Amino acid sequence: MSEVTAPSAVRPRATGRPWTGARIVGTLLICLWSALGLGIVWLLIADFDPEMIAKYLPRIFYGVWVTAEIVVLSVLFGALISLPVAVGRLSYNPVAGVIAFAYSYFFRGTPLLAQTFLVYYGAGQFVGFFKAVGLWVFFRDAYFCAIFTFALNTAAYQAEILAGAIRAVPSGQWQAADALGLPRFTTLRKVILPQALITALRPYGNEVILMIKASAIASIITVLDLMGQTRLAFSKTYDLQIYIWAAIIYLIMVEVLRRFWDVLERRLTRHLKR
Amino acid sequence: MVEYLNLLSFGSEGWGDELGLGVLVTVTLAACTLPVGLTLGFFIALAKNSSEPTLRSAANIYTTIFRGLPELLTLFLIYYGGQMALTALAMLLFGEGVNVNSFVAGIFALALVFSSYASEVFLSAFKGITLGQYEGAYALGLSHFSTMRLVILPQLIRLALPGLSNLWLNLLKDTSLVSVIGLADLLRNTNIAVGVTKQAFFFFLLACLIYLVLSIISSLGLGRISAWAERGQGGH
Repeated sequence: MSEVTAPSAVRPRATGRPWTGARIVGTLLICLWSALGLGIVWLLIADFDPEMIAKYLPRIFYGVWVTAEIVVLSVLFGALISLPVAVGRLSYNPVAGVIAFAYSYFFRGTPLLAQTFLVYYGAGQFVGFFKAVGLWVFFRDAYFCAIFTFALNTAAYQAEILAGAIRAVPSGQWQAADALGLPRFTTLRKVILPQALITALRPYGNEVILMIKASAIASIITVLDLMGQTRLAFSKTYDLQIYIWAAIIYLIMVEVLRRFWDVLERRLTRHLKR
Repeated sequence: MVEYLNLLSFGSEGWGDELGLGVLVTVTLAACTLPVGLTLGFFIALAKNSSEPTLRSAANIYTTIFRGLPELLTLFLIYYGGQMALTALAMLLFGEGVNVNSFVAGIFALALVFSSYASEVFLSAFKGITLGQYEGAYALGLSHFSTMRLVILPQLIRLALPGLSNLWLNLLKDTSLVSVIGLADLLRNTNIAVGVTKQAFFFFLLACLIYLVLSIISSLGLGRISAWAERGQGGH
């Protein structure tokens, strides 16, 4: 009787991922980022100064609130201003088209900082006029000037987004609505805009993120937003920590908004998923 | 009218020469940043396009940070952080401090921002090149490097050009931020002119119009480059 021996079942050695050049470079870069991250954490711990934190952190958080106010107000007012501009951009009327194009080209082609200076310091030259029309209270204040400029600026971008999204709706949609006898405005409201706004959703999200970043410019005309409070605190302490706090807060704001927008987009386009 | 023209005359009375110099500094800054940003952006796009996960995450961390931070904050971090780090280093080595040049700090900060956006543009251009292009090149016996140089890069430039054009226009506008750390660019010289003459509206409007002219000239030039890049596409 012969004995049956099981075939040897030695598991072949796992080969693992080879150490290619790309992997070495990648690992080194990750180590570099980790070192930088640890360095920042170490800086925050080693220079931990409860007095400074107690003094400046609340101000920084107040700055976050001001930044949020500026962003929300300018994006909302910008959306309102963008409506007539978008209509002009889409209009067949050459005069309206040229005016809307000039507006949009001016605000998109010049630096926001220069625009802000133009409004804030430029308004100061016409004190008499603004006092006469009762708007001086508005233009005297850097905060309002910043919101005013940002709203005009973002309106130009939002108008392009909206006009582009409306153009992207296939013309068959207009024709079908015409064939059903829908009035133009109803067609726009019930047929075109719901489709266009879905296309526009992502660019709008990017625009809000750009606005969060751009709002830091308000600090240059003395508005005490997050950046303004940071600059003020840095000028008193000369402690780089404060800039690192601000950087972390800005990154969190932008990341949160980006994630929120992803969720929003998935939710609003769930009927388009196949 | 004559009063305004006098303000713009060249020489000790007017501000024409100061503004002209400012334009020169603005354009030089943007032109110096461009090659740095493009090169950096290209390599980051390569990393993001790589099959190696560590390389991809390292590149993604980079873009998340520099696309998320306000340009102004990046600039301050580089300027003051660089100042502190270099001073500490110079103290250790030579026993005396150094000053960080605002022009160099500007190039660094703007290149960081530019490259992180450029990497996204390059990445989507990479995605527009089909695998067959690589396979064909390898089948012909081209090396990795030659494939990149002779086959992929020429197509990449054409696909990336529209996005890069936008980034160049943004870069031109972002240079104005460097005026805040004291670089004598167009906006800073305009500020000085306003401080002396008190003609804020006139001078800032003029500065805006000069920026506008710069971007119109850029658009014309970019149109030419785009026509060159599309020359093999059977268009007109």
